[in-house]
Amino acid sequence: MNDVIDRHVKSVFATPAVAFVVLMMIFPIAYTLYLSLHDWYGSTTSPPTFVGVDNYVRIFSNDPRFWDALGRTLLFTGLAVSIQTVLGVAIAVLLHRQFAGRGLVRSLMLLPMIATPVAVALVWRLLFQPELGLLNDMLMAVGLSPSAWVADSSIALFCLVLVDVWEWTSLITLVTLSGLVALPTEPMEAAVVDGASAWQRFWLITLPMVRPVIVIAVVFRLIEALKTFDPIIVITQGGPGFATETLNIYIYNTAFQYQQLGYASALLLVFFAIVFTLAAVTLSFRRGKASS
Amino acid sequence: MMTETQQQARRAYRRRALVRTAGFYLLLAFVLAPFMFVFLYMVATSFKSPLDINSGSFTLWFTPTLDNYRDVLLGTDFLAFTVNSLVVAGCSTLIALVIGLPAAFAIARYKMPRLGAVILSSRITPGIAFLIPWFIIFSQVGWIDTYQALILSHLLVNLPLVTYLMVSFFEDFPEELLDSAAVDGASAVGTFVKVVLPVTRGGIASAAILGFVFSWNNFLFSVVIAGRDTRTLPVAVFEFMSYGSINWGAICAAATVMTLPVIVLALLVQRHIVEGLAGGSLKG
Repeated sequence: MNDVIDRHVKSVFATPAVAFVVLMMIFPIAYTLYLSLHDWYGSTTSPPTFVGVDNYVRIFSNDPRFWDALGRTLLFTGLAVSIQTVLGVAIAVLLHRQFAGRGLVRSLMLLPMIATPVAVALVWRLLFQPELGLLNDMLMAVGLSPSAWVADSSIALFCLVLVDVWEWTSLITLVTLSGLVALPTEPMEAAVVDGASAWQRFWLITLPMVRPVIVIAVVFRLIEALKTFDPIIVITQGGPGFATETLNIYIYNTAFQYQQLGYASALLLVFFAIVFTLAAVTLSFRRGKASS
Repeated sequence: MMTETQQQARRAYRRRALVRTAGFYLLLAFVLAPFMFVFLYMVATSFKSPLDINSGSFTLWFTPTLDNYRDVLLGTDFLAFTVNSLVVAGCSTLIALVIGLPAAFAIARYKMPRLGAVILSSRITPGIAFLIPWFIIFSQVGWIDTYQALILSHLLVNLPLVTYLMVSFFEDFPEELLDSAAVDGASAVGTFVKVVLPVTRGGIASAAILGFVFSWNNFLFSVVIAGRDTRTLPVAVFEFMSYGSINWGAICAAATVMTLPVIVLALLVQRHIVEGLAGGSLKG
């Protein structure tokens, strides 16, 4: 009897969420899968035409724009996340001590990641302005020649990396900090007794112990960085030319500018597979390191 | 009695400690400055006249003007955009709580990890994967540029957030309270509403605030699904740029007004922000 009620209660609680998941998540992805095997331009008069795996064949054999976008996505993500990780962990180590104003500093560190992304991206766009922006003022103040920043296709992607590093370094910092606070103190005390230097203590004790926490933050950043959208659309729209067109932007343009909904769906599934694979590979690092 | 040399050594030690503290704060300021100057720049520019902005060099010494705020608040439909943002963020957060709270309880109490994993997987899936099908369906039923379409799409942001934040609160819920309610003959649903929800109201408030902030900040879903009548703030302010010459003062004023409530709300729940942003995977 209890069993029956329990099962009943379970479904009462979970049904709305399950319905949402099926309706809003599983069904759209199934529909994307269906569309990816079709050609369709969003027209109501001509329905999708079945083309089999043609869209996928085109991605892998006949779409240089896809490969360029993939390269940029990986470069952007790799650079942004590695700089964030190194900087973020370094700042966490700096902040991991008692000092007056500690709470205030932590609150300030939150600001870049919670402020509306479109708002901060607009401010960055102004900062990058060659004539009006502060960045060229600063370059000239130290005697360097001004840069075109995001208008220069050879450095535009790196400017966006800078924005991403600005926005998300504090996530790594705060996550690492929470890991550092939770560490047991005994191994550290033992190492001090054994005469290990501060540098040795950091590399041999602290870092290995907080690594699982850092890896989670890195995986999360990795997934998000691959999907970066707001700052790119606001600051460069993928330009100049295609210099900052990442996969997410390319798919967005394919779907909503060119209305190639079938091809965009195929691109999307390939993109999803890439995100998923990279996340899984990075997560396996955590297990590997933890068992050694 | 301290000897002369002891006193000297002590003073030298104190001086070194002082230098070290000063060095630490100097380093701290050096680290924080790059993160903060963007906000300073945004607020300063929002109070500048076009002349000061175009003068070509940044200074904090200028005569502040409220013109930009007047232009944005009175010269555009800023109020309407704000109402749109409030309606979409408010309604989607409310629905996320109605669906997400029981689901989180089921995941935490009745051990339904697979439901949790599926809901969380929306954080890995690129948002566009949901957007293309939803754009097509909303177009066909004439829901583009309607609140209901925006609210539904924002649920994809809100619901996972509310759910995985609340799972950890419900997992920590004292078993004895549930048991004593059961002894008193309360039904499971009654216990949930009358015992569990009131006890976890702090957590619920945090989850609601974070859900609201994430919806308020969302751009990708809104830019595709919103139209002339339902533009939310990020979409509207983004579109300020396409009107001929860019009025940077007005854009910075709009950005400041849009960001301020988010910062105030977020600082109220800062303990949970990192957890919310990092996918709830940081527990334990």
